[in-house]
Amino acid sequence: MGENIYKPVYSKDTKLVVSDLKVYFPIRRSFIDVLRGKPRLYVKAVDGVSFDVKEGEVFALAGESGCGKTTTGKSILRLNEITEGSIGYLPSKKIENVVKLPMVKKLSEHGHIDLYSIPDKYFKPFRQDIQMIWQDPFGSLNPRRTIFEILEEPLDIHGISSTKEERTEIIAKALEEVKLTPPEEFMWRYPHMLSGGQRQRVVISRALILKPSLVIADEPVSMLDVSIRAEILQLMMDLKKRLGLTYIFITHDLALARYISNRIAVMYLGKIVEMGDARKVVEDPYHPYTKALVEAIPEPDPQRRFIIKELPIKGEVPSPINVPSGCRFHPRCIALDKHPELAELCKTKEPPLIEVAPGRYVACWLYAKK
Amino acid sequence: MSEPLLQVRNLKTYFYTLKGVVKAVDDVSFELNRGESLGIAGESGCGKSTLAFSLIRLVPPPGKIAGGSIIFQGRDITKLSEEEFRREVRWQGISMVFQGAMNVLNPVYTVGDQIAELFMVHKGYTKQEGLKEAERLLQMVGIDPRRVKSYPFELSGGMKQRVVIAMALALSPPLVIADEPTTALDVVVQAQIMNLLKKLKQELKTSIILISHDLSLIAELADKVAIMYGGKIVEYGQSDLVYNNPQHPYTKGLLGSIPRLRGEIKDLTWIPGTPPDLINPPPGCRFHPRCPYAMDKCKKEEPPIIEVEKGHYVACWLYA
Ligand SMILES: Nc1ncnc2c1ncn2[C@@H]1O[C@H](COP(=O)(O)OP(=O)(O)OP(=O)(O)O)[C@@H](O)[C@H]1O
Ligand SMILES: Nc1ncnc2c1ncn2[C@@H]1O[C@H](COP(=O)(O)OP(=O)(O)O)[C@@H](O)[C@H]1O
Ligand code: SF4
Ligand code: SF4
Ligand SMILES: [Mg+2]
Ligand SMILES: [Mg+2]
Repeated sequence: MGENIYKPVYSKDTKLVVSDLKVYFPIRRSFIDVLRGKPRLYVKAVDGVSFDVKEGEVFALAGESGCGKTTTGKSILRLNEITEGSIGYLPSKKIENVVKLPMVKKLSEHGHIDLYSIPDKYFKPFRQDIQMIWQDPFGSLNPRRTIFEILEEPLDIHGISSTKEERTEIIAKALEEVKLTPPEEFMWRYPHMLSGGQRQRVVISRALILKPSLVIADEPVSMLDVSIRAEILQLMMDLKKRLGLTYIFITHDLALARYISNRIAVMYLGKIVEMGDARKVVEDPYHPYTKALVEAIPEPDPQRRFIIKELPIKGEVPSPINVPSGCRFHPRCIALDKHPELAELCKTKEPPLIEVAPGRYVACWLYAKK
Repeated sequence: MSEPLLQVRNLKTYFYTLKGVVKAVDDVSFELNRGESLGIAGESGCGKSTLAFSLIRLVPPPGKIAGGSIIFQGRDITKLSEEEFRREVRWQGISMVFQGAMNVLNPVYTVGDQIAELFMVHKGYTKQEGLKEAERLLQMVGIDPRRVKSYPFELSGGMKQRVVIAMALALSPPLVIADEPTTALDVVVQAQIMNLLKKLKQELKTSIILISHDLSLIAELADKVAIMYGGKIVEYGQSDLVYNNPQHPYTKGLLGSIPRLRGEIKDLTWIPGTPPDLINPPPGCRFHPRCPYAMDKCKKEEPPIIEVEKGHYVACWLYA
């Protein structure tokens, strides 16, 4: 029996397929370095990532700061150049005429197209169909604009509705949708006149006002107090159900991901190390890195104050400029202490992402055929 | 157990702003024994940092301690002159790890120099002696002592946070206040910092006041917890009592909003509405506009503090 190496699938209910995505950012060299012929260095922000997202699914991308979550999300919206790979997308009905353009590359018989084959000038409708909720609710709203102006801007850009009355109506509805009621009371406020939770509702409202079908939510609640996170999340889930949205939910919080997502992909230094059913990944992690992440999450149990448990991980996250050879987790992996026989392999050969149980994928030599 | 290290009685710290008086800490009382640790939890803006600043007498203007007393090691430190306080209490008696502290490291000095300076200023050490101490402290917080020569930008966020903790520990104070010491850090680094704080508590018997909006984090360290709402402590007691048997509707709401790692996935609860304006707080119980159990009385009269079981206090009309 051969092992099953993960390959994303295009089926009729797949909304998005990310295939072997690589995003390398070149590091600026000084003039002297160029003269001396020093090689160009790259930040390997995303280094071979593949996953698929089903329609109506909540797919979580999890991992620590700098592992490439946001860059992956931005790549889907073509907000940065990609180095390699493709992003297949099943567009919603609204933008079918773009899809018919001759240069657009088809990736499956179900209608998936390669987002990177679309010429820039035709990409605008996709920026309507795919929306991003940005990481920082405090930085992402212009402080000098009223909520009305903030919500009007996307309508402007996409040439939706011409009259002021029409716009006011759309904006009022959008505010009601995120429960900022009565809308007339909020429209004319500036962001600083809102609480953190209310600001985040405006951010959500701005993302949804263009009626997207895919929403990439980048840490939408991590800047908020724990006590109001649940309310925002519940709102997002209600809207998803009602509007038939698909979510990519970027988070560093595995406990949260367990609650709201169907599947989780755990990233480390630009690669997916584990992927599968959300509950299973968190409740029974396989990869040594996922185990450490889960172990690190605090729990509201006061008995824990008596226990000092060293985390099953060593060292610190290395720089994505010098990604370790072989398994990129090897300098931090404590599984190697128990399995010295794997050390050589782990240092030299990158483990493939293989299926270890139905729908459960892990990239680690502990589980793969050597 | 032992003699109290700190007794805070009816403390009031107000900000006298143009818009009115912000009652950020309003009649707060608690006690801490030597070696005991306290967690202070509550939403953003409820007065946690202001309480911490009051204890170390660094309340920024236009704020002032407006009433009450802070008895530390037997004397009321609100009554000391600034000179006495700086010489005898701040850093050697009570030190603080400030919110967002890793950004307070001076970028143009090595971390060794910055730690050494504390010893030169407070203990009259030479630079050489100071640097020796710096090495010892870095080692204690889990950083290679050779890093005394590093500049802040050469360190990761977690390492900078450890340096800041090392500085707070430098003069071996019996009380360290840590205000959101892990915000902006990754979970793995956060867990390492929490382990470090636990060790300090166990090995050096340092009392720690840990401030956070996250009750999970506080459970990792605190022997006692105080839940703050709108400038007041609404529930207070031994951790086991408060976590296992929460009484105040606000505490219940906070605990219900935490996603858990294991077990059944129940819907998370939340506390609807927004925290009160501390210039014009709601009359009666400040929580009443958000409380599912609010009664008529709650809107008019402030609830008294009731001892619901030994060592467990709640300010709520449901129990009075
Ligand atoms: N425009 C850029 N130029 C150079 N490097 C970049 C750029 N954008 C991101 N990076 C680097 O790529 C890596 C991945 O960044 P990314 O923002 O995707 O991380 P993330 O997983 O979203 O982290 P966080 O949880 O902190 O938001 C980081 O090392 C980052 O510094
Ligand atoms: N320098 C200041 N001037 C005026 N008001 C302040 C100042 N610092 C804090 N406050 C107010 O005091 C209250 C408590 O703030 P703070 O102690 O920072 O809360 P927390 O740390 O719990 O988030 C808030 O209403 C805040 O706006
Ligand atoms: S492949 Fe090797 S180094 Fe990498 S996580 Fe698995 S055991 Fe550890
Ligand atoms: S006093 Fe009344 S309003 Fe306040 S918490 Fe208790 S029941 Fe709720
Ligand atoms: Mg990010
Ligand atoms: Mg604070």
